[in-house]
This record gives sequence, C-alpha cells and structure tokens, in this order.
Amino acid sequence: MELQAVLMAAGGGSRMPDLTYNTPKPMLPVGNKPLMWYPLNLLERVGFEEVIVITTKEVHKMMSTDPKMKDVKIKLDVVCIQEDGDMGTADALRHIQQKIKTDVLVVSCDLITDVALHEVVDLFRAHNATLAMLMSRAHEFTETVPGQKGKKRTGEQRDFVGVDQSGKRLLFMANEADLEDGLSIRKSIMRKHPRMHIKTGLVDAHLYCLKKAVVDFLADNKSISSIRGELLPYLVRKQFSKTTNCPKSKDDADDQAQKTIDGSTNSTELLISSRDEPLLQLAQERSCWNDHRGDMSEAYHGGKLRCYVHIMDQGLCYRVNTLAAYIDANRLAPKLFEEPAVHPSAVISERCQMGSDSIIGAQSQVADKTSLKRSTIGNSTTVKEKVKVTNSIIMHGVTIEEGCNIHGCVICSNAVIGRGADLKYCLVGSGQRIEPEAERTNEVIVGTDQLMEI
Amino acid sequence: MAESGVTDGLCNAEDIERSKTEGKELTKEEKQRLRKEKKQQKKNKEKNDENASHEGKKKKKKEEKPVGSASQPPAQPSPKVPAPPAAVPVPASEAPAPADKPAKSKADLKAERRARQEAERASKGKKGDVGQPAPTGKLKAPPSELQPVVKRLPEHVQVDDPEVLKKLAKKLERQQTPGCNAAENVKIPLRSDYGYKVSLFSHLHQYSRKAPLTQQLGIPSTVIHPAIVRLGLQYSQGIVAGSNARSVALLHAFQQVIRDYSTPPNEELSRDLVNKLKPYISFLNQCRPLSASMGNAIKYIKKEISNIPSQCKEEEAKVKLLRCIERYINENIILAAKAIAKYSIEKISDGDVILVYGCSSLVNHILCEAFEKDRKFRVIVVDSRPRLEGREALRRLVQKGISCTYVLISAVSYILPEVSKVFLGAHALLANGYVMSRVGTSQIALVAKAFNVPVLVCCETYKFCERVQTDSFVSNELDDPDDLIVTRKGKTQLEQWQEVPSLGLLNLVYDVTPPDFVDLVITDLGMIPCTSVPVVLRVKNMDQ
Repeated sequence: MELQAVLMAAGGGSRMPDLTYNTPKPMLPVGNKPLMWYPLNLLERVGFEEVIVITTKEVHKMMSTDPKMKDVKIKLDVVCIQEDGDMGTADALRHIQQKIKTDVLVVSCDLITDVALHEVVDLFRAHNATLAMLMSRAHEFTETVPGQKGKKRTGEQRDFVGVDQSGKRLLFMANEADLEDGLSIRKSIMRKHPRMHIKTGLVDAHLYCLKKAVVDFLADNKSISSIRGELLPYLVRKQFSKTTNCPKSKDDADDQAQKTIDGSTNSTELLISSRDEPLLQLAQERSCWNDHRGDMSEAYHGGKLRCYVHIMDQGLCYRVNTLAAYIDANRLAPKLFEEPAVHPSAVISERCQMGSDSIIGAQSQVADKTSLKRSTIGNSTTVKEKVKVTNSIIMHGVTIEEGCNIHGCVICSNAVIGRGADLKYCLVGSGQRIEPEAERTNEVIVGTDQLMEI
Repeated sequence: MAESGVTDGLCNAEDIERSKTEGKELTKEEKQRLRKEKKQQKKNKEKNDENASHEGKKKKKKEEKPVGSASQPPAQPSPKVPAPPAAVPVPASEAPAPADKPAKSKADLKAERRARQEAERASKGKKGDVGQPAPTGKLKAPPSELQPVVKRLPEHVQVDDPEVLKKLAKKLERQQTPGCNAAENVKIPLRSDYGYKVSLFSHLHQYSRKAPLTQQLGIPSTVIHPAIVRLGLQYSQGIVAGSNARSVALLHAFQQVIRDYSTPPNEELSRDLVNKLKPYISFLNQCRPLSASMGNAIKYIKKEISNIPSQCKEEEAKVKLLRCIERYINENIILAAKAIAKYSIEKISDGDVILVYGCSSLVNHILCEAFEKDRKFRVIVVDSRPRLEGREALRRLVQKGISCTYVLISAVSYILPEVSKVFLGAHALLANGYVMSRVGTSQIALVAKAFNVPVLVCCETYKFCERVQTDSFVSNELDDPDDLIVTRKGKTQLEQWQEVPSLGLLNLVYDVTPPDFVDLVITDLGMIPCTSVPVVLRVKNMDQ
C-alpha cells in the first residue's frame, strides 16, 4: 500500500463560534452537504478506498444520521477522541500511530478543493520527499460578512513561505507571530539556494503527505502537538541542519551524546534512511541529473530530508475556518458538482421565483410568491409566502414566516423567523426566534447562554 | 523461366529488401542484380504479350533509357535491351522520369505486376507488411517478384499506424493485475502522444512531461506497486537518467517488488511472479521507452525467476532472487566499471587532452580513477542543448580536481586540433557494430575521424544488444518538444509553436555511430574492435 488517508475532523471551529456552538464544524452544511463530505469526496474520486477519520463522539453520531454521508462509498475507520480541544493534530496522529503502516496523507475536514491530487503526491513520490503539501493563492472574500463591525482588516497573522526557483522545494516557513523583529534566514540556506522566492498571501490547504518515519518520530517526541504550527516548521528547518546532511551516520555514539544536549532530537533523529540505501545511492550517483546548478554539490545537496510544496494557481481551494470563508464556500461549492439545484423531494410552489444559483435541500417547502436569489436553503426548511431571500444561507429545519425580507444573512438550523421580519446582514444562531416585525441590521443574534462563553 | 527467376531472386530479394529498408544506399552489385531480375521479368512478359505492339516502342525506349542502364551493357547483350524497369530503386528521382514515356504498355506492366503482388500478399496473409511501406515510401511500385519479407516491427516504432495503437491499448487492458478484488480489473493507462510530430519520426511516441502517466492512475496505487510508480515518475521526469542509473534503479525497484510479493494459493512463484512483472514493465515502458540495458536486465531477471525449482519455498526463493539481483549489479556494473577503468588507464598517457561528450557515468568514473592514479591529463567537456548534461559531468570532474574546458558542440571542430583522444560512452552496442549513444555522439566521432583523432568507446558488456540498426530513424526516442523552448527575461517566443502550421519541434535522444568512426571499444572483457560485438554476444549466449 502506498498511502493511508487520515481525515482530521475533530477541530472545533474556534474562529466561527456563532456557527459552531450547536453544530460541530465538520457537520456544518455547505451547499447542503456536510463540510466533511468534501474532502471525503476528493479522496474517493482520486481512488482511496479507506480513510481513517479522527473525530469526536458527537460528530460520529451526527455522521451516522446524515443522509449525505451515506452516499460516501469510501470505507470510514472512525477513531473518536475526547472533545476537550487540547489534542492538536499531531497529538491525534500520535494517537493512531499503531494504525499507520505506510506513508500518510493528512487532510483537514474543512478543505474544499478541486485540486489534481496527483500533483502533490507526484512530488512526494518522485523526489522521495519527507513532506509534500498543498498551498493556494488566497482569494479575497467578496461577500459582506454579517456581524462585522466596520471594515475589519483580516487580523490574521501572515505566513511567510520561502520556495526555491522552481517553486516546488520548500525552503522556509514561518508565521508572523513567531518572528520577533525581522525575518532571518540562515546562511547555509542562502548558500545552497541563492534564489529564494518569499511569498505571503498563500493559503495553506492543510493537506500533507508525510513519510511514515515522521509519524514514528512524533510518537517519540511528545512535545509536538500541532502539525501546522510546530511539526512543519521543524521539518522545513531540519532540511538544512548539519546532522541530517551527514551521508554516513557511522558515528552513532556522537548522536547519543547529542541527545542530552539537544532535548528534542533523540536517537529517532528522523531516520529517513531506508534499507537498500546503497542501491539508491548508486543509482543517484550514476544518474546525470541534478536539481540545481551553479555549485559543486550533488543532487539535493546531499540532503536526505526534503520538503516540497505544490502551489495552486487556478482552481478552487478553500479552508472553511472563518465566517467569510464559509459564506464564500457556500457560493462556490455547488459549482463543483453537477447536481440539480432543487432536490427532488423539495416542494416548490409554481409562483416562486428562484434564481439559477440557488439551491434547495431535501424535503423543504417553499410557498407562493417567494423570491430566492443566490441563496442556499437547507433540508426540511419551510419558507412561507411573500418572503424575499437574497444572498443568504439558510440551514436545516428553519421556519421563515410570511412577508420576511432576508438579505445577506446566515440563519442557523432550527431557527424561526417571525412574520414580517426584516433582516440584513445578520447571523441568527441555532434555535433562535426572531420576533415578528423585527428589523435587524448587521447583528449577531445568538442565545444569551452563548454570550458568556469566553 | 519465370519460376526460376523468382526462386533465384528470392534469397537476393531478402538482402535487397533489407538493405532497402535499412539504408537508402544499395551497393552496386545489388543494384545490378535487381536490374537483371527485372529485365528477366520483362522478358517473360514480353513473350506472353503481343510482340508487335512492343516492336515499335522498343526503339523509343532505347533512346530514353534512364542513366542507370549505362552500367548495364556489360551484363546484358544490347539488342535484348528490354524496357527499362518502371521503378529503378537507385535514384528515386528517376522513378517518375519514365512516367511520360509510352504510358500504355508501362501501365499494363505495372498493373499486372501490382495484381501479382496483391495475389501473393493475399495468399501469404502477412500482416507485417503494414510497417514496411513506410520506410520504402520512395519507391513507386516495388518489384513483385521480390517476395516481400515478413518483418515484425516492434510496436514502439509503429505509432503512426492506428491499428497498432489499438492493439497496444488492448494489450495493456489484458495485462491487468488481478488485485484483491477480482471483480475490478484496473488496466494500465495508455499515455497519449503530445504535439505535432515531424513526419520523418511520426512512427515514434512523443510524450509531454507535463502530462504524467500518474494522472490516470488512482492514488494510492494498488494496481502497480508503489516502487514502480515512483520509478516511472523518476524516469519520465528525468530524475533517473543514464543507462546505468536506470538499470540500477529498475533492479532496486524489482527487489522491493519481490520483497513485497506473496505467492497466491495454487500458483507457482516461478510463473506467477513473471506474470506480475509484465504489467509493471509495460507501465515503465509507457513512462519512458526501455533502454537496451534495462531490457537485458529484465531478461536476466525473468530467466532467474523461471529457473526457480518448484519445490523451493517462498522465503528461500525470494532470498535467492534478491541475491541474484545484487550479484548482477555487482558483476555487470560495479566490477565492470573497475575492469574498464583498468584497461582505459593504459590508454591514457601523461599530457593527454581528452575529449568527452555529455555525461556518461562510465567515462566519468574512468577519468576519476585515472586522475587518482596520478596521470596528468586535461579534459574538454562538450555539451549540447537541450539537456546540457555536460554541466553535470563538468561538476563531477572539477570536484575531483581535474582541469577541464567546457565547450558547446558547435565548437567541436575548433577545439579538435588540441585533442589527443576522444572517450565516448554508449547507451547500447548493436550487433552490427554500431554504437547507439546520446544524439551528437556520431557527429563528434565523425569530426574526430576527420582530424585523425582516435575515438574510444567505453561500454559494459551487459549493454550489448542483438538489435541491428544502421540509421537513427527507425528506432529512436522523441523527448518532450517543449524542452527546446527557451525563456529569456520572461519572454518565450515559441510559446505558441503548436499553432504555427509549418513548424515542428524535434527533440531526439539517441543516434547511431557507424563502426568506421570508432577505433576501439573498451569493455570489461578487454579492448575489442567494434566489429567483434557479435562474437561477444555469441560467447555470452553460450555461457548462458
């Protein structure tokens, strides 16, 4: 077997609390499909036959009841972990270390993309890389986000990613938060790769191909808890460190001595060497190929640890971890698939005006004289007469009474909007009731018990 | 008389056919023979036809005979000079010349000949003739009495024939590996050709590097062993290049396959493992056409596997096979390199100026060894686009401390007066003594010959192959044409080359050097002249 897929679906969605306090993030509906359906569909399309899903008990329960999840033909091996949120992605990998027998492909549940996955995996295979990841040009979010006070600049910290001239080899990765006063690059990197392109504004798709040795390394190094935050920068730095570049590690004694000095690197110094090393070495020596030119060193500068990145120029790649991303994803995700806009079991009256880019979920009812433009209506939703819904996302089980005017809103599941309400750019939390004739603009309406959650 | 003429011509016909297809130059004797036979045919036909209609025409034909018949008089008594053959093989330009002559009788003759040819072809039911007309395209009407020789051309040189492609696709389908789900039989994908192919080479495959074969395979690859997928990718992207490196990498991948192999119930390892390897080999062939060294390695492995006795246990068999592979690499590559280095050092004297072309792992090894043995020489590295492999050779030599000069192949005639010896590497040595190597090698050998500089080819014996080739057209490899495009300062002039109808980009990989230009071949068996290759092959076959 070549690769095992692992889907990380235990994340909390901490950046969009209003949406996720009732529905866990992996089950948030995007285009009337649960969010985790998208990466599973990607894996299924590419040819994976089984996936290890790391998730919480609550999500597992919801998964078994959701009709769309039953469409997924891929075999799911669900591993439940505690919900306390202390477990990082690397901790989760360590948890399932026994199940991992080969190299692993880690995907996050909030990834919606139409990337040709073979591009990433080919980098991993061809160069015998330790890490291959996917990144994409960040798209500006164009839709107005409900509840946003003023034009808020994305306060997210930038990521600095350094790639070599070919754009494939990952040389440098750091987050703005980790850099004190400036970006410092080691001389050894500059000597080996004199031309480096540093990019900001890239979205990390959280799709990683990792060698099995990395998982074993994680098992021994319990201090690393997040793949993105700690493991990746460590691997990228390790490419150029002196110890991994020694071709013949005959001096094990020295390594043992290093153990005590350098706490995190014990004897599992990321054993990247495989058996048959001599034959591979011979093949590389006899091959007349080099990945760089201009200096005297051999291919890959003799380094065994290599990290590669595939940067997508075109195509869809969204990480649905903020409200803005969620709204944009709802607009674009349905375009990925050729599915009928109206679910066959939905009941739509004839005098309803439905725009071409709206979708209506199963068993919904839409009454007369309603107008739906650029909106997503969830399953089992009732929309009464004379309602105008524009640019909105309505989740499952919502009831909208007559005469409402809903513009640019996100209405979570099981909410009830009273008659004649006029909502613009609002976010209505789960199970909330909006009183009739209410007029709200740019507000986040959630339950009082949620307001105290800090 | 007709019959005897036919049988007589049969053995000669084969020679002539062969030389026709392999080289456009026929020797003088062959030309004479051909003409003789044609005249005999004509004679017979004339006896059958009414003589009267020919009497008058004969005089006219006498005057307007093509040039070629000038050499005929010694062979034929002049009054019996018949109508010149409709298609003289020698100068193809003369073939249309008699076209405007008394057309009627010629047309009759032609028609009759063609009809006879068709009849013979139909009766023998050959299929191999499809490929034949391509190289003999210049001839208008091949003489019918020369029986068309059946030659099965390999399918990788018949790409312009759609039926052959269909057959290949079906063969790949059939070569399914019955995986764990016997119901699903996934087939090996067929890689499609890219771009406009120059017509002279349209019978070869031309792939694009940007469309790897893995696009059509699923991830994770269960149909094909992951080590083989990785190898195929490395071949198609050029990460493993050079015939020694490719063979070693291939054997390494086979080692992994053998390690992960488990005999299914009711099957014998000796037969099942060979069947398992077949789709892998087709896959690798699709990624990049197999080299001669790889072909020989595969033959060896298949033979070893088939020779495993059936009572041998699986673990033992696997260990035995792994050891065989190690031994093969050790004997044929590592030790052979040492032996060749030992012989070559005798040929390198102090003060030599040695010219090398491209990056041959063997030649680099020899030069490094010679340098370590304290020979004083300097090296001129010749390089060529688009691969620019000479830079890698330059790096390795300079790293050792050898003083080098670097030129492009366009400067070869300029620097050759300085050179005392030329060392060339080989991709394969063909059975007729021709050396198949990177494109540009024959050019260097030719110029070296013109300057009387000795040319030494270094080649291990495992690269000797039984194929025969005298030109670089019939069997070659076409690389990605986009490699020829140069981007300078962000501008690519040839970006839209496919839209220009009169432009074709040709990126050849190999060429063949005739044995007249090669002075010595240094192999692990010793230093032999180029023409002794068939002897070596025969000796090797006897050993096995």
